Amino acid sequence: MAKEAQQQVSYTVEELVAVNPYNPDILADLENYVNEQVSSQKYSLDANLCLLRLYQCEPERMSPPIVARILIKALMAMPAQDFSLCLFLIPEQVQSEEQFKTLIVLSHYLETARFRLFWDEVAKNCSLLESVPGFQQAIEAYAVHVLSLTYQKVPRAVLAEAINKEGLALDQFLEYHVANSGWAIEKSQGRSQLIVLPPNEFNHPELKKNASDSVSYEHVTRIFPVLS
Amino acid sequence: MAAYDADSSAGGDLAYDPNFVPDSVKTFVVHLYRQIREKNVYEIHQMYEGSFNRLTDRMFRESPWPTAEAVEPYVDGDHVFCLLYREMWFRHVYARLTPTPKQRVESWDNYCNLFGVVLHGVVNMQLPNQWLWDMVDEFVYQFQSYCQYRAKLKNKTEEELQLLRNFDQAWNVYGVLNYLQALVEKSNIIQILEREKEGLEQFTVDNGYDYQGGSNVLKMLGYYSMIGLLRVHCLLGDYRTGLKCMAPIDLSQQGVYTNVIGSHISTIYHYGFANLMLRRYGDAIREFNKMLLYILKYKQYHQKSPQYDQILKKNEQMYALLAVCLSLCPQQKLVDENVSTQLKEKYNDKMTKMQRYDDEASTVYDELFSYGCPKFITPSAPVLDEPLTNYNQEAYRLQLKMFLFEVKQQQLLAGIRSFLKIYSTITVTKLAQFMDVDEATLRTILMTYKHKMHSTDNDGKIVSNADIDFYVDDDTVHVVEAKPTKRFGDYFLRQILKFEEMISELEKVQLD
Repeated sequence: MAKEAQQQVSYTVEELVAVNPYNPDILADLENYVNEQVSSQKYSLDANLCLLRLYQCEPERMSPPIVARILIKALMAMPAQDFSLCLFLIPEQVQSEEQFKTLIVLSHYLETARFRLFWDEVAKNCSLLESVPGFQQAIEAYAVHVLSLTYQKVPRAVLAEAINKEGLALDQFLEYHVANSGWAIEKSQGRSQLIVLPPNEFNHPELKKNASDSVSYEHVTRIFPVLS
Repeated sequence: MAAYDADSSAGGDLAYDPNFVPDSVKTFVVHLYRQIREKNVYEIHQMYEGSFNRLTDRMFRESPWPTAEAVEPYVDGDHVFCLLYREMWFRHVYARLTPTPKQRVESWDNYCNLFGVVLHGVVNMQLPNQWLWDMVDEFVYQFQSYCQYRAKLKNKTEEELQLLRNFDQAWNVYGVLNYLQALVEKSNIIQILEREKEGLEQFTVDNGYDYQGGSNVLKMLGYYSMIGLLRVHCLLGDYRTGLKCMAPIDLSQQGVYTNVIGSHISTIYHYGFANLMLRRYGDAIREFNKMLLYILKYKQYHQKSPQYDQILKKNEQMYALLAVCLSLCPQQKLVDENVSTQLKEKYNDKMTKMQRYDDEASTVYDELFSYGCPKFITPSAPVLDEPLTNYNQEAYRLQLKMFLFEVKQQQLLAGIRSFLKIYSTITVTKLAQFMDVDEATLRTILMTYKHKMHSTDNDGKIVSNADIDFYVDDDTVHVVEAKPTKRFGDYFLRQILKFEEMISELEKVQLD
């Protein structure tokens, strides 16, 4: 019963953001929605931007814990640029508060692929981040994404550092992806393993469709009268 | 409506009598009123752009026009005409004089009344698109100006502070956004544009005008409000929502937005800027390039227009922003030759500096960004207790700071790029040596390059902006030159349509 009522609220929130976003009365709904996103592992950038805008217009109503949660969810959305989009709307003096400084540092490490430093910093701030379920997995997914852009074959040590796994945990991770994501494992000249990542247009340039030469459907329809 | 306050000096002309209506003004308003009633859009446009500016130059260079109350008797006391006249009146004060605080508030009231009337759907006129665009543009401009004004609290008089206290709803950010949103919704413009794609509407073909005896006012205000919303969101720093507001307009084609040069430039400028902040450098470069080429070709035709100065200013700003984009994402082949020449003339030295990525580079990025960026605003109401400060630069400083932070993160990428240009394969070890970093750091730099050069579009798809690309196989970097993109498909489409046009012209020729 309670869950049904909860689902109804979130449906209405999305609608509100689409139809009536410039309305200070929906602030409480949007805040509840942030908490809902955290607990049920959903995510809505538009709703969160709407809330940050309302905070911008009425700074006395801003709630730092809510903003922190929004930023953590935004980090989890990487490689999308959501984190900066949120920061554009947060005033400088708020950004200089301790917890936000930490989150900005974390974002900086992720943006510059400094995974070792990132995971070290995460370890120092478990309390902040453990409250958001799915954080670990989301960052792992981002790390795998960046590796897939860059490598055809990545050394085990590099992967280990990126996803912060070693030994048995790393083996299990590899097993899962070999079975489900098209990964393969090679031996590299007596040294440790090489993980072969599935080919895509970014690590295998020959796969890149010359996208600029494809013509959109709408443009082709322009010559239908001529062809007939 | 509060009458114009003759005591507060808004112009230098001491002989100004707000109630005196010279004969030429009498003739002007009588004629304009009649043209509006008879829906002669062409004549209205001539009077609006031509006669109004000529009269201003002749008689109202340093003083306001006669008040709406004074001209009312000559136009049958028409309420809507007076609202329109008052809008032009305030616009003139903003352009040629300095508005008093009271006038700023009164102008807001006038917009509320004017938009209120339009939103009620009772306006039955056809007005030139230029006028309707100017209304929306001015509305957003006055909002921006007011935010700047009320954020400078330091030297305000007690009288001014009292005014801010009493009229705290004037130019309230929710009000501004909600009016623009209401115009978009009430006009149904989004549905109209959707239906047009299926051939059910003639909106673009008719340039927004209504040839069935109806009115274009609500429709066009709704259309231009989408651009207004893009602009307001950029001023607030919310680039994603701004672009979403513009989504119904297809920028890859000509449209109603290109027919008034002011709206064309404002659209592309803000679209390009938003994309720059979203790291979608390719998109920004493409759009700036198109716009700058257009201005290069056609600016001579606008030399006599009152918007000419604005056109030139925005032109310069876009060159600065283009220089920034190209330094972060060297995609020279996206830029037309003529635009490239202009760019080199203006910014060759600065672009070289920016691509060096040292501290001096940061200064240049700062300079060009600050020149090219919009005038960001702080939307919250001022805190009117002591101590009074000026905080009008806060919003700009935040956006600049975030931008420079991004630039810093991309600092080492220029180094990588220069080596990738020379080698087709190189080991990680060797490249690390050249760049004077350890191997682990080099690997992070390579991944950073990949991450920064690939942006996420609105559907979550990854798009590459990289001119030079590579992949890593264990410990070897293989460099890939991006294939030069020849747009055959587009070219053939254009030529097919052109030939078809020519053939039908030829078929019309009668040989005797």
